[in-house]
Amino acid sequence: MITAAAPAPQRAPASVLTSTGTITARNLRRLTRVPTLIALATIQPVLLVLLFTYAFGGAVHVPGMSRYIDYLLPGIVVLAIGFGASQTGVAIAEDLASGMIDRFRSLPITGTAVLAGRVAADAVRNLGVVVLMAGAGSAIGFRFHAGPGAALTAAALAVAVGTVFSWLNMLLGLLVRNPEAAGLAGLFPIIILTFTSSTLVPVATMPGWLQAFARANPVTAMAGALRALCLGGPTARPVIETLAWLAGILAVTIPAAISRYRHATTA
Amino acid sequence: MRDAAVAAERLTKRFAGVTALDDVTFELPAGGVLGLLGPNGAGKTTAVRILATLLAPDSGQARVAGLDVVAQAASVRRLIGLSGQYAAVDPFLTGRENLVMIGRLHGLGRRAAHCRASELLDRLGLIEAADRQARTYSGGMRRRLDVAAGLVAAPLVLFLDEPATGLDPEGRLALWQLLGELTAQGTTLLLTTQYLEEADRLATSIVVLGHGRLIASGTPSQIKARSGGDRLEVTVPPGDDPGPVARALAGLGAGPSVVDGVTGRVVVPVADGPAILSELAARLAASNVRVAEVALRQPTMEEAFLALTHQPGPGTALPEPAGNRPAGSPGGAGQAKRRSP
Repeated sequence: MITAAAPAPQRAPASVLTSTGTITARNLRRLTRVPTLIALATIQPVLLVLLFTYAFGGAVHVPGMSRYIDYLLPGIVVLAIGFGASQTGVAIAEDLASGMIDRFRSLPITGTAVLAGRVAADAVRNLGVVVLMAGAGSAIGFRFHAGPGAALTAAALAVAVGTVFSWLNMLLGLLVRNPEAAGLAGLFPIIILTFTSSTLVPVATMPGWLQAFARANPVTAMAGALRALCLGGPTARPVIETLAWLAGILAVTIPAAISRYRHATTA
Repeated sequence: MRDAAVAAERLTKRFAGVTALDDVTFELPAGGVLGLLGPNGAGKTTAVRILATLLAPDSGQARVAGLDVVAQAASVRRLIGLSGQYAAVDPFLTGRENLVMIGRLHGLGRRAAHCRASELLDRLGLIEAADRQARTYSGGMRRRLDVAAGLVAAPLVLFLDEPATGLDPEGRLALWQLLGELTAQGTTLLLTTQYLEEADRLATSIVVLGHGRLIASGTPSQIKARSGGDRLEVTVPPGDDPGPVARALAGLGAGPSVVDGVTGRVVVPVADGPAILSELAARLAASNVRVAEVALRQPTMEEAFLALTHQPGPGTALPEPAGNRPAGSPGGAGQAKRRSP
């Protein structure tokens, strides 16, 4: 027999921490079980490192740097994390389409927990991606030149950048509501911003009009900060600039995503 | 209104120019089972979504256990369970993981959530598949997991949106039995269905919706009586003209018969099906017509809907006809020839 009659309607609802943790665990489980997600988190980042190093690396000469991989890796991490973050938008749109969000919204938990649980799981994935890329890079000659403290700070900053991209894609996913469209909408900005930044080539090699844009591009700041932390050199300015960008984007995307979530429904 | 487990008062909801719900009022006492009945697009799902706090009405008010579903949504969510078309389970989690997750989100401790999951998996016959991912489940297993998900918090009110859709007859019977047990223990149930038979089987009261409007409400027998009772269906062999059969049956039914020349079928609404079978046999024998098949069945949703839209407005309960199906006998009278629509 099922005990159906409500035994404890006065039961305290789950805390925000518990509910966020529960949703995070659900998303991490999916990450290890959905083949496309596994591939996106493992094969794609390694492929990016190898492709850009070997297909591109011979043609790019960065002044004052003997190996392109040293220049490339901190930047390509931003690109890989940006690509990966589009999955945050795809996933939330899929949850909307499949009815998971309806299930969550019928439960006594906040929308913040559902969204934060998504972003937290993606942050864990991003940490894995960063470690994997550092490993792949090291195998083909990349070295941290500024010591372990700076290297760890770089990893943390990379994960922070990923988290901010995730919130941005979360908002996109909630706005477009269609998984395929969310994927495309998430990829476009990152492709445009990456290729018009210092991620892959030094800004000085670009035509003048593009240099102005590239210098104002937040991805230039992010790649610059990671590069400084990995290779040495003045870190304060690019790191502060990056953190300012991150804080600014979060200040807009988190409230907008939460508000959007409240109104987003499947039907 | 205060005592009702679920109360909808003048609910109206529009989507981009389409009125999904138009001034709909009904209520369901605690421990009751309400069947929201209607064809596709009638507004059933919209009503459930409003009552389950997923959607705010444009106007009107809805309450669950006296709590407003908009202003007190968080409190309402602690009292309800939702299962159905759209409230999903995660296909990449196992059955057990799905239920534990929902238990944790309801505020159960880790151990309590595992216990509750095991209890429900066992009761719903899913214990052997408990540790398989839900995407490997059959449609029936998936639906049972979905019902289990709605039951995790032992809700005061369980909303079931088209619970039997996609189930085979056996699965449907098992589900109905389970829902019967739940109501016997005091759970208030609100379910939507397209099938009069299902509403009749489970519900203590029925609300019929069509194009967002309340068309009729009452007990199952009142609704059935107002939809013209059972249907007698006589089919002639292929190629024969059903006309003579229609003439032989004239005046036998409770309303005008419908003759379909293509299928060779004559459909007659009858208030008391089993009682007229002997009269039917006599008339068919006397008129010397050939008959391929005779069947007695409940009206289809379309027939009931058509009949109800020609009835006086809601609130006019008609007297229950004599000879209706005895309460508590599942198949009811006329079972031998009864077919589902």
